[in-house]
Amino acid sequence: MTTTTSTQRREVGSTEPAGPRKRARRSGDGVAGYLFLSPWIIGILLLTLGPMVTSLYLSFTDYDLFNPPQWIGLDNYQRMFDDARWLKSVRVTALYVALAVPIKLACALAVAMLLNNERRGRAFYRAAFYGPSLIGASVSLAIVWKAMFSDDAVVDQLLRAVGVNTGGWAGNPDFSLLMLVLLAAWQLGAPMVIFLAGLKQVPRELYEAAEVDGAGAWRRFRNITLPMISPVIFFNLLLETINAFQVFTSAYIVGGPNGQPAGTTLFYTIYLFDRGFGDYRMGYASAMAWMLLAGVGLVTLFLFRTARGWVYYSGDKR
Amino acid sequence: MRPKLSTVAWHVGAIALLAVVLYPIVWVTAATFKPTEDIIGSLQLLPTRITTINYERAVEGIAGISVVRFFWNSTVLAVLSVVGTVASSAMAAYAFARLRFRGRTLMFGLMIATLLLPFHVLIIPQYVVFQKLGLVDTYAPLLLGKFLATEAFFVFLMVQFMRGIPYELDESAKIDGAGHWAVFWNILLPLSRPAIITTAIFTFIWTWNDFFGPLIYLSTPEKYPLPLALQLFIDETAGSDFGALMAMSMLALVPVILFFLFFQRFLVEGVSTSGLKG
Repeated sequence: MTTTTSTQRREVGSTEPAGPRKRARRSGDGVAGYLFLSPWIIGILLLTLGPMVTSLYLSFTDYDLFNPPQWIGLDNYQRMFDDARWLKSVRVTALYVALAVPIKLACALAVAMLLNNERRGRAFYRAAFYGPSLIGASVSLAIVWKAMFSDDAVVDQLLRAVGVNTGGWAGNPDFSLLMLVLLAAWQLGAPMVIFLAGLKQVPRELYEAAEVDGAGAWRRFRNITLPMISPVIFFNLLLETINAFQVFTSAYIVGGPNGQPAGTTLFYTIYLFDRGFGDYRMGYASAMAWMLLAGVGLVTLFLFRTARGWVYYSGDKR
Repeated sequence: MRPKLSTVAWHVGAIALLAVVLYPIVWVTAATFKPTEDIIGSLQLLPTRITTINYERAVEGIAGISVVRFFWNSTVLAVLSVVGTVASSAMAAYAFARLRFRGRTLMFGLMIATLLLPFHVLIIPQYVVFQKLGLVDTYAPLLLGKFLATEAFFVFLMVQFMRGIPYELDESAKIDGAGHWAVFWNILLPLSRPAIITTAIFTFIWTWNDFFGPLIYLSTPEKYPLPLALQLFIDETAGSDFGALMAMSMLALVPVILFFLFFQRFLVEGVSTSGLKG
């Protein structure tokens, strides 16, 4: 997508599609527009908006798929706060998001910094570090990860060889979640590639000027790199946070529907799946889904709020 | 000219880091050629006793179904998903990027909003409807959305790309009497090839890896794609045949790895310009 870079970047996030203005009144566009858009329109009505409304309705009912839904008002929502497993799943997910997102982004930024130069072979390295993120969310890789981190397996032995004894990973309630955090960090490819694109945009003159003024590597990083790429950091932070809330496959393969060991991998989505498709508590699961949406929405809003303080857009101070 | 010391140091550092990151892939590749008892518990990376028994048992499959069958199921799902996603996303993108009609801005905004919508608020009603229609345990629930451009990322990607194609091209075609379909088919679509390839590869890989959709909709093992077959393998063998499980996991990864090797440029550039998730 080499041609979609600079001129279109500024339109990312704008909701107004830049289009042909001069042809606005030509007849025929209206019908053609709806025709070309018809699959999407059917999709958004039947598979997105319709289900959203239905799911909101179901969240106020008791529904088991076989008997008609019974209206129970806010009961499902109230019950959550007395549900020990729900509370557990919220804690597990919050802890995971709080650990996985910063660790993954820090690793991604570190690798991007390492690769941000004109040396030969950097395209190869970029691709090689990106690779794992394509398979990281697959069942296969979760199986491999679990095998590597099982008791007395390769990771355990290597760490013991250097004097670190965790007492196992996959089967150890204290480390099972950390193992999944490491799996997330391993998939640093996508944010790394985005960081690299951001780092390329930082004008070299800034570094040269700072060097002349005697700023060391850390100060250059702290006072030039970080502010200059803060929009990219924010973008990655937003995307990775929203994704981290929804992790499912690796957690399911590692911990099953009960979040083994000892419920430490009982992610929100796993519990939602278990209530909805294990117990057929469709009303309760719908309410859980809306709480997830609310939670993700609140965190997103919070990120946007704090962004005003630390995200610097180059247009701001001109 | 001799390379500078700093360049050598940089390569050494980058390769060392890469070795750590790629270790799991090397490890599992080596593990598939080891007898089960050598996989866990032995630190030896390379197999001391090379065996192909793991692959032989993996190909036998599970529950009397050969792995070939699971491969076929995965391929059918992935190929149909690619066709559906590319066709429906490209059409929607053409409308958003090139045509003017009432409600376009609103619909474009709606499309962007669905980018970040957790799909969990949709799955239960969707499941209920498919269940009432008797479509559970068919591929219909897994494929329908692909033909209706529900993956907003790809619509957005193609809209962005089509906006970069000079408008004069469609103008001159229209003066020559070309209709919207001709402009779309003969001009926009061929020029959008890079965006289409990116969409196709990502759709293939995501569908190939998808676990959640098949998990809730499919119940007959004969219809399982590979990720579900792996899960079934774990359940049926209780993890006892570790070597075969590793070999089967490896087989499931091979198409994705091949796609990566052949198309890595499209993948990396797709991510860096549009923020597609891996």
